[in-house]
Amino acid sequence: MKFLKIQTRYIPLMATAAVFALLYIIGLSSFSNFGSLGVFVNLFGDNAFLGIAAIGATFVILSGGIDLSVGSVIAFTSILIASLLDKGFDPGTAISISLLFGICFGASMGCLIHFFELPPFLVTLAGMFFARGLGFLIHPQSLGIKHPFFLNTVGDSLPVKLSNGVEIPFTASCFIAALILALIIAHMTGFGRNVYAIGGNEQAAKLMGVRIGATKIMIYTLAGFFSALAGVVFTLYMQSGNPSSCVGLELDAIAAVVIGGTLLSGGVGYLAGTLLGVLVLGLIQTLITFHGDLNTWWTKIVIGVLVLVFILLQNLVTKMTKKRIKST
Amino acid sequence: MGKTVELLEAKGIVKTFPGVKALSGVDFSVSAGEVHALMGENGAGKSTLVKIITGVYRKDAGEIIFNGKSISPGSTLEAEQCGISTVYQEVNLVPELSVAENICLGRQPKKLGFISWGGVRKRAVEALKRLELDIDVSKNLSYYSIAIQQLIAIARALDIDSKLLILDEPTSSLDEKEVAELFKMLKKLRGQGLGIVFITHFLDQVYQISDRITILRDGGKVGTFEAARLPRLEMVGRMIGKDPEQVKSMEKKREIRKVAGKEFLKAEGIGRKGMLFPMALEIREGEIIGLAGLLGSGRSETARMLFGVDPSDSGKLSIGGADTDISSPKKAVKNGIAMTAEDRKVTGIISDLTIRENIVLALQARAGAFRTYTLKEQYALADKFIKALGIKTPDADQLIKNLSGGNQQKALLARWLAMEPRLFMLDEPTRGIDVGAKAEIEKVMDELCEKGMALLFISSEMEEVSRNCDRVMVLRDRRKIGEISGEDISLQAIMKMIAE
Amino acid sequence: MEEKQKIFRDNIFKRLFWPLMALGLLLLFNLIFTKGFFHIEMRDGHFYGTLLDILNHGSKVMILAVGMTLVIATKGVDLSVGAVMAVAGAIAALLIVQVESGWIFVQGCTLGGLVPFLNAHHMSWFLPALAAIMISLVAGLWNALLVAGFRIQPIVATLVLMVAGRGIAQLITDGQIITFTNRGLTFIGNGHFLFLPFSVWIALGVFAIVAIAVRKTALGLFIESVGNNETASFYAGIEAKTIKGFTYVVCGLCAGVAGLIAASNIKCADSNNAGLYLELDAILAVVIGGTSLNGGRFFLAGSIVGAILIQTLTTTMYARDVSPHVAAVPKALVIIIVCLLQSETFRRKAMGILKTFKNK
Repeated sequence: MKFLKIQTRYIPLMATAAVFALLYIIGLSSFSNFGSLGVFVNLFGDNAFLGIAAIGATFVILSGGIDLSVGSVIAFTSILIASLLDKGFDPGTAISISLLFGICFGASMGCLIHFFELPPFLVTLAGMFFARGLGFLIHPQSLGIKHPFFLNTVGDSLPVKLSNGVEIPFTASCFIAALILALIIAHMTGFGRNVYAIGGNEQAAKLMGVRIGATKIMIYTLAGFFSALAGVVFTLYMQSGNPSSCVGLELDAIAAVVIGGTLLSGGVGYLAGTLLGVLVLGLIQTLITFHGDLNTWWTKIVIGVLVLVFILLQNLVTKMTKKRIKST
Repeated sequence: MGKTVELLEAKGIVKTFPGVKALSGVDFSVSAGEVHALMGENGAGKSTLVKIITGVYRKDAGEIIFNGKSISPGSTLEAEQCGISTVYQEVNLVPELSVAENICLGRQPKKLGFISWGGVRKRAVEALKRLELDIDVSKNLSYYSIAIQQLIAIARALDIDSKLLILDEPTSSLDEKEVAELFKMLKKLRGQGLGIVFITHFLDQVYQISDRITILRDGGKVGTFEAARLPRLEMVGRMIGKDPEQVKSMEKKREIRKVAGKEFLKAEGIGRKGMLFPMALEIREGEIIGLAGLLGSGRSETARMLFGVDPSDSGKLSIGGADTDISSPKKAVKNGIAMTAEDRKVTGIISDLTIRENIVLALQARAGAFRTYTLKEQYALADKFIKALGIKTPDADQLIKNLSGGNQQKALLARWLAMEPRLFMLDEPTRGIDVGAKAEIEKVMDELCEKGMALLFISSEMEEVSRNCDRVMVLRDRRKIGEISGEDISLQAIMKMIAE
Repeated sequence: MEEKQKIFRDNIFKRLFWPLMALGLLLLFNLIFTKGFFHIEMRDGHFYGTLLDILNHGSKVMILAVGMTLVIATKGVDLSVGAVMAVAGAIAALLIVQVESGWIFVQGCTLGGLVPFLNAHHMSWFLPALAAIMISLVAGLWNALLVAGFRIQPIVATLVLMVAGRGIAQLITDGQIITFTNRGLTFIGNGHFLFLPFSVWIALGVFAIVAIAVRKTALGLFIESVGNNETASFYAGIEAKTIKGFTYVVCGLCAGVAGLIAASNIKCADSNNAGLYLELDAILAVVIGGTSLNGGRFFLAGSIVGAILIQTLTTTMYARDVSPHVAAVPKALVIIIVCLLQSETFRRKAMGILKTFKNK
């Protein structure tokens, strides 16, 4: 019983790890070259933008909120960068402007949510429409990027070379850097802990002196920043901007967070879990690609089922915790 | 009493909420090294006073002098900075964070701007050491029992070098052993020169721990007494607004009614873990039964249990001789039981619906969605009760939230009377209602009891209970401690039983 | 008595005033600036014109909004309706192809007397349509189970089907876009009946059935009661679980009907795009119609007006050569403005600011 007590809060996280391991073993046993380092590294590279978006979503969900604008903001940033470069701006300026946009966009959503007590899902829904439309307003179609800096990120200079010809793509490095940044924010700053506190029990947090409003606005600002950063990485990955890309990506991001063991009601969760969640989604994609015969729609069904399983698991864990408190 | 320097001195505190004067010029003082109990029934103004001292509310008038300085905290944070910390009834910590984090949240020790986790743990261990608590601070708060959580909350409160500790009903979810432990701790803290304000409604506990007792009633101060010189009976009397002389001199003005009704409900050993100790009870048709006891004695809990809101988890219950299981209000309603609960706004009115809709609701719920009462029937019903109960409204189509409290209460009575209940439980039916409405309600109830409806009446106005009831069940500390019936019922008898 | 019913009617009118006003302004704008917006002509005994297009294209959101209104009235939300539309369309398209190829005929012979009736040529649309409705019923029950049974927050619970639904739809169609030409099935979204597009009649029918079902029984009262104060409703003996579950089932059914129309409109099942983002339009229509996201009082007629308003806005922008994608920007602004106007906090703060201005 004592063993059980200690472990309950880690059950979802362990389940995620188990799912990841299971998928990996399935891959290893089915396909000969699945175990190569290249496949593993690409898991990071190909899902970097989803991963970064999921990091932002983790903060929002930890606080008990939700952000539906992720996919649209990514699409908007990508077309913004592409058209800025097209107009002759240098990459540094273009990326800074787009990150700044993400920050302002997130902050304004945060303000609407906090000051007027509007439901987050509605505000970010409007944000989703808004950013999507704005993207089309800038440039209605896909726009390729010719700038050497962008080409280099997939070329020779920026990726980190590993042994036996495998190299870590630049996007993967960005993902890992963003993850480290997020870990520092979540675990080493007062703000990060306040996010957990608000999600766990907003009333208590307030009585404990946490400034709810400032923290909430900051959370959506941070999420806006990570969405924009995901947009930058997406642009690097695609080498083009497209206002109609990433439709529904917010759902994948939320799914990754949930599968990663973060409680959708807030307060409990781990960025490490989100990393695992993103990798699980990536593995499913890879497996289906490897298989060749299976169609991509299986991805959605499997993700849906996994989300459901994890939500039910969370419910169970919450109930177990409550029961234990009552019985003691 | 010698003129000691008071740690906290609140003078002439006034606080008005829209429509209610919550505090009308209350004085309250606490000296260093004492445990001061703050007592009073619902609506006495205890929590308002505490919330003003801790910065949750702002006072309208008056002055608070703390440690020799006049203060006016605008938030809990400011109050804490002055040295006043509070531990609330419900543990107000974050269950899914570690103990250490809960103690240090918002004031974590930092290195180079980043949280120093070593520092957090060290500080938490030190804070707990003061309470002689040696636990693993890296575990989640929810890992520990409520009692330990309560102590952790106190540790957090003391962590910031506070001089005044306010405990708002800290013992309501603790068992006896845990209470004893908590009190040991409080005595130790008192020895260290801390001022402690202790709010509770458990009488035994008040005498166990406090040096002085301040009693509030209806937003005013009844008085401050030394615990050792305040007999229990007198305290109970003062809390319900009677001084000892008054109680003795009160004549019995009641006539004994003949209760010849058949047995309606009989229960044995029904109770609910953590809420109510098992009890036996019996209710006859046409009988008016009072539940007497102080706040927290279990009087409302009994009604909630019988109505299936918090169903009993032991014993058995029969209605009209047949074994019945009341596991939800729906089942209670089916068995002819009705109830208006204490908190009208939360459990009673559906604020955005009209008076008519509120009145037909229970009847319609019992009939099911498809046996619909026509608009005509609904209006007839609503108009009948508006007239019978004297609900002051232009018509039945007004939203119920626009009515005054008394009229809302009448509309709720109408909701239940419409289904012609056989047992009607009224929890504080007359709170916040003017005298006229009160009399009207009492009259209607009397008439219905003549016709065989049983009535279970709960009120903190013990005088009301003793005046109106045929039989009184007395509760204390979540336990039924006795029954008084017929001619033996008097305010004094009830109070004696409670104070014993 | 009659007077009271008049008050009742007045209240409805008051609620509809703002959405109708906005609709009126939008139409006035078009009357002045958009050429031919009000042009209606009669061909083959049916009316054609921009206004009728609005009704025709708006019918899907109208139907979704009817179901969504009930869900939102219980303080919930159903994000899965778009995906359910895709599933319903996919099932209908799959079956119609198989019915027409005769596969179902062989399978169905054992069913006895009913089969000849269903296999009659003019009834071939019946089985696919019925199957689409049935699967959306299952979807509704599923959401009801998660929300009412397992007590999962509605946003989260319906997210599951929102994610997986499109996958299921694609699984049904094997990832293909299934086209069909069946006259019965294409009639649903393209035919005309009594001067008007048939889909408009369907929308009116759904509205009428649901309105009668909730307003002529006590269901509507229970829904409003549960949405407004669940605890007090529980104390009054109402089973909140059943009521909540019921609304999700109705919402699922509405999504199924809308999905049929969507598939019929384009004569194919496109699992990727059918009903995409329509859940958002439906929520918006409900909110514009005066039903609060906090639950309680609901206004089915308001939601219908809201749906027409949204479609008019969209059509106006198309008519003015704004690309459909850019049209999302004003839509977003409308959402925020409507929500701000409904927000008690916003009104209070705005009033406060106005007052300080006046004092100066």
